[in-house]
Amino acid sequence: MKHGDPQLHVRGESVFVDDLPAPHGALHAAVLGSPVAHGKITRVDVNAALAHDGVVAVLTARDIPGENQIGAILPDEPLLADGDVHHVGQPVVVVLASSAAVARRARLDVALEIDSLPAVTDPRESAAKGQLMLPARTFAIGVVDDAWGRCAHIVEGRADSGAQEHFYLETQGALAEPMEDGRVRVHSSTQAPTAVQRQTARVLGIPMHLVEVDVRRLGGAFGGKEDQATPWAVMCALGARTTGRAVRLILDRHDDMLMTGKRHPYSSDWKLGLDADGKFLAYEATYYQNAGSAADLSPAVLERSLFHSTGSYHIPNVRATGMSCRTNLAPFTAFRGFGGPQAMFVLETAIDAAARAMNVPAFELQRRNLLREESVFPYGMRAERCRAERCWDEADRAYGIEARAAGVAQHNAENVATKKGLAVMPVCFGISFTNTSMNQAGALVHVYTDGSVGVSTGAVEMGQGVNQKIRRIVAVTLGVDLDRVRVETTNTTRVANTSPTAASSGADMNGAAAQLASQQILERLRAFDADEKDWDKLVAAAHFARVDLSAHAFYATPRLHFDKTAEKGRPFAYHVYGTAIIEVTLDVLRGTAEIDAVRLVHDGGKMIDEAVDRGQVEGALAQGLGWMLLEEASWDAEGRLLHDTAGKYKVPDLGFLPDTVDVSFLADADNPEAVLGSKAVGEPPLMYGIGAYFALRNAAAAADATIDPLQAEAPLTPERTLELLAGGFRVVAVEDAGQNPD
Amino acid sequence: MTDRGTCLLNDQTVALAAPDRGLVLGWLRERRGLAGTKEGCGEGECGACTVLIGERDPAGRLSYRAVAGCLLPVGELPGRHVVTVEGLNPSDGLNPIQQSLVDAGAPQCGFCFPGIVVSLAGFFLTSTDLSADDAMIALDGNICRCTGYASIRRAIEDFCSSFAPRLDAGRDRVEQLVEWGVLPEYFGNIAPRLAALPGSASTVAPSEGLLLAGGTDLLIQQPDLLELEAVDYVSRRRDLVGITRELDHVSLGAATTIEDLKRDPAFRSLVPGAPAMIERFGSTIIRNRATVAGNLVNASPIGDVTVLLLALGSELVLSREGKRRTLPLGDFYLGYKQLARKPGEIIEAVRVPATVAACTVSFEKISQRRFLDIASVNSAACARMVDGVATSFTLAIGGVAPVPLPARRTSAFLTGRTLDAATIHEAAGILDAEIDPIDDVRGSALYKRELARRVLFAHALAFAPGRVRLEELI
Repeated sequence: MKHGDPQLHVRGESVFVDDLPAPHGALHAAVLGSPVAHGKITRVDVNAALAHDGVVAVLTARDIPGENQIGAILPDEPLLADGDVHHVGQPVVVVLASSAAVARRARLDVALEIDSLPAVTDPRESAAKGQLMLPARTFAIGVVDDAWGRCAHIVEGRADSGAQEHFYLETQGALAEPMEDGRVRVHSSTQAPTAVQRQTARVLGIPMHLVEVDVRRLGGAFGGKEDQATPWAVMCALGARTTGRAVRLILDRHDDMLMTGKRHPYSSDWKLGLDADGKFLAYEATYYQNAGSAADLSPAVLERSLFHSTGSYHIPNVRATGMSCRTNLAPFTAFRGFGGPQAMFVLETAIDAAARAMNVPAFELQRRNLLREESVFPYGMRAERCRAERCWDEADRAYGIEARAAGVAQHNAENVATKKGLAVMPVCFGISFTNTSMNQAGALVHVYTDGSVGVSTGAVEMGQGVNQKIRRIVAVTLGVDLDRVRVETTNTTRVANTSPTAASSGADMNGAAAQLASQQILERLRAFDADEKDWDKLVAAAHFARVDLSAHAFYATPRLHFDKTAEKGRPFAYHVYGTAIIEVTLDVLRGTAEIDAVRLVHDGGKMIDEAVDRGQVEGALAQGLGWMLLEEASWDAEGRLLHDTAGKYKVPDLGFLPDTVDVSFLADADNPEAVLGSKAVGEPPLMYGIGAYFALRNAAAAADATIDPLQAEAPLTPERTLELLAGGFRVVAVEDAGQNPD
Repeated sequence: MTDRGTCLLNDQTVALAAPDRGLVLGWLRERRGLAGTKEGCGEGECGACTVLIGERDPAGRLSYRAVAGCLLPVGELPGRHVVTVEGLNPSDGLNPIQQSLVDAGAPQCGFCFPGIVVSLAGFFLTSTDLSADDAMIALDGNICRCTGYASIRRAIEDFCSSFAPRLDAGRDRVEQLVEWGVLPEYFGNIAPRLAALPGSASTVAPSEGLLLAGGTDLLIQQPDLLELEAVDYVSRRRDLVGITRELDHVSLGAATTIEDLKRDPAFRSLVPGAPAMIERFGSTIIRNRATVAGNLVNASPIGDVTVLLLALGSELVLSREGKRRTLPLGDFYLGYKQLARKPGEIIEAVRVPATVAACTVSFEKISQRRFLDIASVNSAACARMVDGVATSFTLAIGGVAPVPLPARRTSAFLTGRTLDAATIHEAAGILDAEIDPIDDVRGSALYKRELARRVLFAHALAFAPGRVRLEELI
């Protein structure tokens, strides 16, 4: 039988953090979070918890030997609350006990008293109160203020998109083991082993070389374990350091949903101006990002929103401003798309409104304004090997946009009980960490004397298939069978100072590093014996002749630069393009909808593993559809999460997703900017899901729902849909600048 | 150590002792070292912990069903065969389910796949025709966050197209699946091994301890209940299981599972649309545990089966110490989670009147997600239609009151009337006055009021197609 992760997964034999055998005497941790969103801690008494049979230690901020701080971008996030609390669920106390059940029961007996303070949950209110994480940033090109006067049509409104829970099936967790000489080894379900190592060292007050972080695989992450896997791992390390025993902490689903952040809700203002032919002339957007109570990655997420303010379109005059607004909710964090989806939803709202004002299908305006070769983005980069129009036209050719729209119109003319809607969603997404310095990766390749190969990189396998891609890259480079190559755990003692596996760039960068390392070994082998064809013999002979069969290599994505003062540069190695056509059917009586079909053409570059990429496209799409139509997380005015269990927060199931999901990859799509001509794939397809919102709104419009096109609020749940159908929305006249210049 | 009975776990015989308690998920992982069964949510919402439970029916036939390990008490195991993903693995390589999933490139992070494999094995064991549609339903309780399910669908198409034509309905299913390699060889020997197991451990008298049915809601709210020494499982009460047709009613045994209700021909003879209605209840792995009486005594204002049985004019058979009485189901609910049940009294059966056979039954459930979700509003109506006149009309509606609501005034108003748009509009006004929904996570009160109107419209459209038109209603 072939051996690999898929085989292990279906046999239930793949090992996740909670599956690691417990070291002798291992303790289990449970975390007590703040019950209120904002307040001053007046008393923490742990004696009653300590008195529980089986409880070994109860840790508070006082037990931290180093710095009580895990903030990566801003130092505003203590590991354990000290003095005050800023969101419901903020960790205050860690209970260590003989079992998780005992620890969870004992935490209820911690006497925690807090004087409540007013909580802010709304980003606009936060901005009005001046509670920004960092000063607002603006990306601009052209002269927006001058351009409005030249517009024949101007539309202006607001768009809001909601939070999204990651709902990785494996909840957050870690296991820390005390080692000899003050070392600690941490097994963490993290996308960022180096971040865990760095913050552990910081909190424990020890050098990084005393902390080893090892990651086999993650049971899903989607960004939720980029920054927010860290606290639980550090708590385990702190517990191991304090007690001298191994400590395991696995959040149960409720704690995970309550204590960890989600995709950022955005509330945005937009204004779009077009000429008489429907060409976009000017666009202005202001994003109020709900950042939660600590910076976490929010400023970086906001930056990516600014980079994607114009989506897949060319707009000559743009001003996009973004603010990370501090609120009293759990810090919002990375989620597949990382701010890009929120910005694109705003622009699509504007385009939809313009189309209604001009009485043309939105897809006509979309097609007319797609990016072209050499189109300049507001951040100064030019579109290189631009495939926006190719993807669109290929999708049109393969699936027929006009014909499908006609079919939808015919259905709607003939049916009362159901109405169909169609929307097209083009995507353009920049690849690279927008923080240029993070675009680096390392790999360590060993060829063993029997010819088998072991590879370590900084990439973390979380289901996205990065290990499979790296295996293929190494196998192809060395010229050996795939089965001879094994990818090892991600371990900070083998590959150090790694960037998180994020920004869709894991395979690009770590694969490139693995390729470089393999090439070094191959060059040594060829220099030793250029003629030997038998790999096993070549390796054995080279070893005997004292040729080094190991190599470390380093990759830094070339040609990247960005000037944060001017907000101009070339921040991305390249862009990924694609176009999706989405059709939905609305049940007019009940306000429920079904997604009928998604058909798309995706620019996958020259794919290293088509099955992996197809899975990424289909999976990301599902999350995008869920974000737009299904998944709802909300809070009450006191900052308490209402959708706080798996029973209340619904992610897509098999029945939610359409029977028809046609994914075709753009042919002849080589990409010289990434390893083996491939393209990153993790995030971009999520944004195809945005089309579902507009498809459903179009269906509602066909049912004579009164829709205000100047307002959009996602997700478009059955409740919001019925509100449209039942006339809960006013008809608002769209401003037409041609007649009423302002 | 106290003897707590013996079960089969995969191919092993396991004598249970005092520490073998709590829920099967934790027991497997912590006491048995079987880590293939995963905890994704701990409330039966994700299916990562799905296991199979096999038992011999009174006729000695072996049957299996997929259930959520996170809601299955270890106390249910004695005398039964529990199967985890490890117990489905061939000694080497992959079984055809696993092979199809791998060939389709389906597994990504892998965390949910053990549960998916087990659920699909449950499909192979229970589906009458091995259709792809059945396989999809078998996965209605399995959440995968990575794949978007498209690759899983491809795998399903693959193995269904290869096995469905080869199915011999007349043959023993387990034997055939062993022959196909879907189940490992040892399954061939399970029936005699189960028969040879010592009887399950004795339990205390039902009236003394907690009487637990499926526990699919109760154990989420109160998992510590299993710490009690005295738990009696209704699944052991053969006298409470099963559906029988009597002269003037169909009797649903209290411990009949919702899945059995869904499949039962006698119930379907009264309510032909029952399978599609009941499919909206929970998921396969929940329906396989949840029971008819459990849904009723749980007294959720939004219980799906409760609302259906209310509309059918059902009657409860209650008993205590051998004394029986009957009570209309509509009189069972006094207030939020308050029942007209005397201490120690249990539901023995639910009687659905045979007159339902002459009626049309309509069921509506509006939820955020179509499957495996709790309704914002659910409703059932049962009407006898004669020439457009509802000679009887019984409406029940959930999610709009502290109890699952028999909408008596609306029902009384509509009884004897011709169902036309004006009448239905008038009835909607009466219904609106009869309900009292609240704002909660399932929707705003205003939304639920609007839904209440619309589910009534939906019933009217089902009862008087052609006479009532949608355009006249909304």
